[in-house]
Amino acid sequence: MEDRSRLCSVWLGSETGILKGVSVSRKQAFNFCNTSQLSRDQEVRALCWGDAAESELLVGSVDGTVKTFSVEKGVFTETRRCGETADGCFTGLATLGDSALVTCGECGTVRVWREDRSEAVMELNAGKNVCRMRQNPVHRHKVATGGKENGLKMWDLERPEKPVFTAKNLRDDWLDLRRPHWVRDVGFIPDSDKMVTCTGYHQVHVFDPSSPQRRPVLEAEYGEYPLTALSLPAAGNTVVVGNTHGQIAVLDLRKGLVRGCLKGLAGGVRGLQCHPSQPVVASCGLDRFLRIHALEDRKVQHKVYLKSRLNCLLLASRDLEDGGGVTEQGESQVVKEEEDELWDAMEQVQDVQKRKTDDEEQPQEKRSRKGQD
Amino acid sequence: MDITDVSVSRGKKSKKMKNKKPQKKNEREEASGAEKEEEEKKKMNQSESATALPSTSHLHQVKNKQRRHLMFIKLKQEKKKQRMQLRKKKKKEREALGDKAPPKEIPKTIENQRVYDETAVDPEDEEVAFDEGTDEFSSYFNGLTNPKVLITTSDRPRGRTVRFCEQLATVIPNAYVYYRRGLALKRIIPQCVARDFTYLVVINEDRKVPNGMVLCHLPEGPTAHFKVSNVRLRKELKRRGKDPTQHYPEVILNNFTTRLGHSIGRLFAALFPQDPQFVGRQVATFHNQRDFIFFRFHRYIFKNEKKVGIQELGPRFTLKLRSLQKGTFDSKFGEYEWVLKRHEMDACRRKFQL
Repeated sequence: MEDRSRLCSVWLGSETGILKGVSVSRKQAFNFCNTSQLSRDQEVRALCWGDAAESELLVGSVDGTVKTFSVEKGVFTETRRCGETADGCFTGLATLGDSALVTCGECGTVRVWREDRSEAVMELNAGKNVCRMRQNPVHRHKVATGGKENGLKMWDLERPEKPVFTAKNLRDDWLDLRRPHWVRDVGFIPDSDKMVTCTGYHQVHVFDPSSPQRRPVLEAEYGEYPLTALSLPAAGNTVVVGNTHGQIAVLDLRKGLVRGCLKGLAGGVRGLQCHPSQPVVASCGLDRFLRIHALEDRKVQHKVYLKSRLNCLLLASRDLEDGGGVTEQGESQVVKEEEDELWDAMEQVQDVQKRKTDDEEQPQEKRSRKGQD
Repeated sequence: MDITDVSVSRGKKSKKMKNKKPQKKNEREEASGAEKEEEEKKKMNQSESATALPSTSHLHQVKNKQRRHLMFIKLKQEKKKQRMQLRKKKKKEREALGDKAPPKEIPKTIENQRVYDETAVDPEDEEVAFDEGTDEFSSYFNGLTNPKVLITTSDRPRGRTVRFCEQLATVIPNAYVYYRRGLALKRIIPQCVARDFTYLVVINEDRKVPNGMVLCHLPEGPTAHFKVSNVRLRKELKRRGKDPTQHYPEVILNNFTTRLGHSIGRLFAALFPQDPQFVGRQVATFHNQRDFIFFRFHRYIFKNEKKVGIQELGPRFTLKLRSLQKGTFDSKFGEYEWVLKRHEMDACRRKFQL
């Protein structure tokens, strides 16, 4: 188990309650669970890293338990109960630096748990029907929530009384009708305060808490089906969104235009994540496949069938070790070197032949004469 | 020296080849000494020319369209003749060899050249077995629920669609046909659930021809959307049997091999009650071939120990899966498990989804 779990660079949670690890370089997938104790109550809804070194994995399941999976040992080490089943499934899971855990349920209660206490240290209510809670990767005490008829809110966990930022509803449309809210996923744009959301009404919104405008500063649309997941690539200015029909698009955040679509999916997208350093995006969803696309040429690099519907996805921040680009370059270099050697060898041979036929000085003289002629 | 070779090769060709320029040159060069021999052979050739084959590569050089067309037709006839001869010859050889004849070659079809599909279900796979064992159909397969089907149509159905629905209701036991009355499907579904229906079948019609079918499993889904084609009602069938009886039919599901195919197969299986009444001797068949699902309804009879007779009862139709959606019918906000993406999925003719 240990060797297997250390190999894996992609982790997925499935609807059947199985934690899956995929080793991209070896093209292998592993199941980490007791096959005898499978049950739908264990359905994995959220995944996050337990520590900065990525040696522990936190798995949030439907029945309100958070299990700790040790990547080094390859086993589940700890199970703790975070909230009742009445709170609904987990919509977000995050860690605060000092071994504290942040959970959010569908009913909108965001709780902070310490390791030593069984009761929640802090609790705040983010409203009903929360679809997603995300943590700011830089300021880890800031989280964003949003859901159906529940606009985007940003909370500071150090001051939980009031949200730091509350989005305002969109302006009424040209018929003076109210436009409904439905935030499905949230992302933080790196190197700025801005946040980007995707909605169930196929819109992508960018909010800027630093500006006085509480309505979105940018509105873009993609397709005609609800957008379910979103992720921000390392190279800025773009966002990757996926919808319920299995269409993934890369949108430009400057003008809100579609830069390109990623093809190959058959079913709705549930999880999307871009690699923190490489230009690749991994997607999983109802069609039971993990697909890794390159963002540059938008081709499918890897496709793994994982047998159950997949709910969530987590990439290791280390290199994916996907042979792909790296080894090819290496190979071409090797080939070049070989060619160089070959040419060198040929020249040497010529020299040797000439030397063999005549004395050392004579050919040189001949050459010089020819040159003079 | 050359002459013998050339004459042999020319013997096989027809006189029409004379149009070709390069060949003429060759002739002049070669034919100095052996003209007489050649002329004799040409006379022989004239009789043989009917069987000989003009080559295709020079057809396009003929500038007269009619003539080119004629030549082309002739060429095709020649080719066909040759093929038939070859086939006859092979057959004779096989007969001559008798039992020792080499086994016949299996013809290549796009089905047996199928691209490997990693989702093909392995019956011993624990994970898939668990997934299937706990899905939405598990209560039916565990014998907890009995199917009850509501059949309706798109708004204002016309002749054929109405009859098609009626005939479907005779095939599927425990089925009720209702007039749509302009109701929205999303409002029908809760009412169906309240009345213990397990299926909602909606036949769509276009220009008085049924062309679509929504099959929605209740109360939790999934929902499948099919294209319906080649509907032949009972009246249009030749040599059909008498109308079907009320007995529960047996169900045959053929060729549903992949994970998606299994889900679709289970969807069809759950339409019919689990315990067939063998007295009725009726069989409903869903046969999948190249992602098209053919439905047939038969009555069989054991004539003696070896012979079985079947009689089609109808209706017959063909289905093609368009999408499979998780949950009950919700085409706007529902999550799709599988959607047919044309020109992307069917780019390879040897790849099948079911």
